[in-house]
Amino acid sequence: MEKAIKRFWPVFVIPTFAAFAIGFIWPFLQGLYLSFCRFITIDTAQWNGIQNYIYALTEESFLHSFWFTALFTVVSTICINVAAFAIALALTRGIKGTNVFRSVFFMPNLIGGIVLGYIWNILLNCVLTLLGKPLLSLHAPYGFIGLLILMCWQQIGYMMIIYIAGLQSIPNDYLEAARIDGASDRQILWRIKIPNVMPSITICMFLSLTNGFKLFDQNLALTNGEPGHLTEMLALNIYNTFYGRSGPSWRGYGQAKAVIFCVLVVVISVIQLRATRSKEVQQ
Amino acid sequence: MKKFLALGLTAALSLSLLAGCGTPSDPSGSSDPGGSDPGTAANGSVYYLNFKPEQDAQWQELAQIYTEETGVPVTVVTAASNTYEQTLTSEMAKDVPPTLFHINGLNGLLNWKDFCYDLTGSDILGELSSDSYALTEGDATLAVAMAVESYGLIVNKTLLAEAGYTVEDIQSFDDLKAVAEDITARSGELGFAAFSSAGMDSSSDWRFQTHLANLPIYFEYEDKGVTSTDAIEGTYLDNYKAIFDLYINNATCEPAVLSSMTGDDSRNEFLAGEAVFFQNGSWEYANLVGDGLFTDNDLAMIPIYIGVGDEANQGLCTGTENYWAVNASADPEDIQATLDFMYWCVTSETGTNAMCGGEGAMPSGGTGMGFVIPFNGGLEPTNLFMKQNDEYTAAGKTPVRWDFTTIPSQTWKNDLSSALTAYAAGTGDWDGVVSAFVDNWASEYAMLGA
Repeated sequence: MEKAIKRFWPVFVIPTFAAFAIGFIWPFLQGLYLSFCRFITIDTAQWNGIQNYIYALTEESFLHSFWFTALFTVVSTICINVAAFAIALALTRGIKGTNVFRSVFFMPNLIGGIVLGYIWNILLNCVLTLLGKPLLSLHAPYGFIGLLILMCWQQIGYMMIIYIAGLQSIPNDYLEAARIDGASDRQILWRIKIPNVMPSITICMFLSLTNGFKLFDQNLALTNGEPGHLTEMLALNIYNTFYGRSGPSWRGYGQAKAVIFCVLVVVISVIQLRATRSKEVQQ
Repeated sequence: MKKFLALGLTAALSLSLLAGCGTPSDPSGSSDPGGSDPGTAANGSVYYLNFKPEQDAQWQELAQIYTEETGVPVTVVTAASNTYEQTLTSEMAKDVPPTLFHINGLNGLLNWKDFCYDLTGSDILGELSSDSYALTEGDATLAVAMAVESYGLIVNKTLLAEAGYTVEDIQSFDDLKAVAEDITARSGELGFAAFSSAGMDSSSDWRFQTHLANLPIYFEYEDKGVTSTDAIEGTYLDNYKAIFDLYINNATCEPAVLSSMTGDDSRNEFLAGEAVFFQNGSWEYANLVGDGLFTDNDLAMIPIYIGVGDEANQGLCTGTENYWAVNASADPEDIQATLDFMYWCVTSETGTNAMCGGEGAMPSGGTGMGFVIPFNGGLEPTNLFMKQNDEYTAAGKTPVRWDFTTIPSQTWKNDLSSALTAYAAGTGDWDGVVSAFVDNWASEYAMLGA
């Protein structure tokens, strides 16, 4: 068997690698190049040096989007993970109907972001109308809270499944031994369960952090950046720069913003992975 | 043997994977019925990237007929609604780019002028009924209008009569205000409102941040005798406020909920007889009479009066945002084929019937496109609102130009829309609108050259 793998590895690796190179590496490099250009279509690009980056880094709305996105990412990561972990704990206790609950919590994740955005837009606006408050797209704090509710509703179920898998993989011996030694529920949670699900926490943190940072569909459908770009997150800002404006410079600006965005996401997720990995324990 | 089979299968799989990553389908394959027949056909071919999804079927049919008549292959691809700019950007980068495409006035020209073939001296330019329907830069004519449209206040005459008025009673902004406020005062008894909702959702806000905004821009330009400016003063913004206030305070809904109201909401209210007035254009005609709810006798379009200028002689807002441009980077043969196709569309009997006709105008018996085309061979309009536009003009009234094509950017429009929405809901004030109108105009114009 091993011999066969040695002989045939190119058959397995090359197609995938080729697809990866064509579908990812090449476009990425081209995108990097275009971020230094003015262009309308990609084959008529003209070199523009670092002008695009200078513009992107000094544009007020882009900086606002960055801080808005950062705030949203932090708050949503905390909310989603705390809630998902709590539900996972509750649903691993063997209460009746556990499977039904798990399915129900997971379901929102099966609906696409745009659809969810429009549904929640209608729901939240109805509630706000009944309360006599300004609608989502008129009041930035409500827009922020609306986005948060939407993201939590969509993501908690997915993270919950990962946490449940983590909790179930904790050997029962540990828990029994702890109980026999007289550990309280709180001690079991903090000393045994959490250290043992650290790998799940790592992956869930990674997913919710990057999801929060890269949020686009929900932002577009729920608030569309209103009022006056105040709830415009980075991805939507880039999209609006690229397509909302006319002239070759704007394509370049948008592209430069996209590269900055990509670097940000990579840096933040690497830091987060390092931080949580170091807390993982071997079973 | 098994090993070879597995190897073969893997290779096949990888090939199909690679093929999937290649250039998406060559457009000339999709709807090209005739193919190029070297015996009879000229060497060029036409690839038309159509802007209006609602006319796709007619263009496909016309393309097929043209190919049968001349042997020149014509491919028509229609971009999905609201994605024209994205589609055009990616199509232009392909090996077989569109030879005929749309640009939406000066802003579109900014993006695409390097791709626009200079139409000076071409047959199609000779057919244009007025020079004002061409987009020029310097000496070059880069695009020609392909359809002219009008907008104004669409009136449900039946409801207006129920309220005790006729269209003739409204000859000025003061008349309109009096009628609207009277209807609002009696709305409980009448059972309908004056205006359909002025929705500020993106499907509807262009009616106010672009079309309604055109009026203060137009009158300011008229005063100064200019056709564009890099710094608008907002001389008539008080009138803009007055008409917008009139819309939102005499409507089917509260001003606070306008941010979530859509274009469909507004149309449905009008169709359901909940409102007398509906600000929209001749393109809505098919939607209004299509379901048989209204006939031509129920409807009329009146000018949008804002209390400025010579209101007695004000006509509908008439102009165009639909321009045809020919791709300068296409092969010379394809450019010639495209010019011939355009010429045929606006001069031949089949072409003009299809473009201008209504019910049964297509050779297959289908409904025509119903355009009013700015070419000498254009037919009489079948669209009620365009007929009215002709009547207004014949009665000596001056159409209001579409000066909104000089608005510096989409961002200007969107920011104005935000400010109007906040003003309507009471979370912002009118100063915000003035700032979005005047200050942003200057800053956006400054960025145009950037």
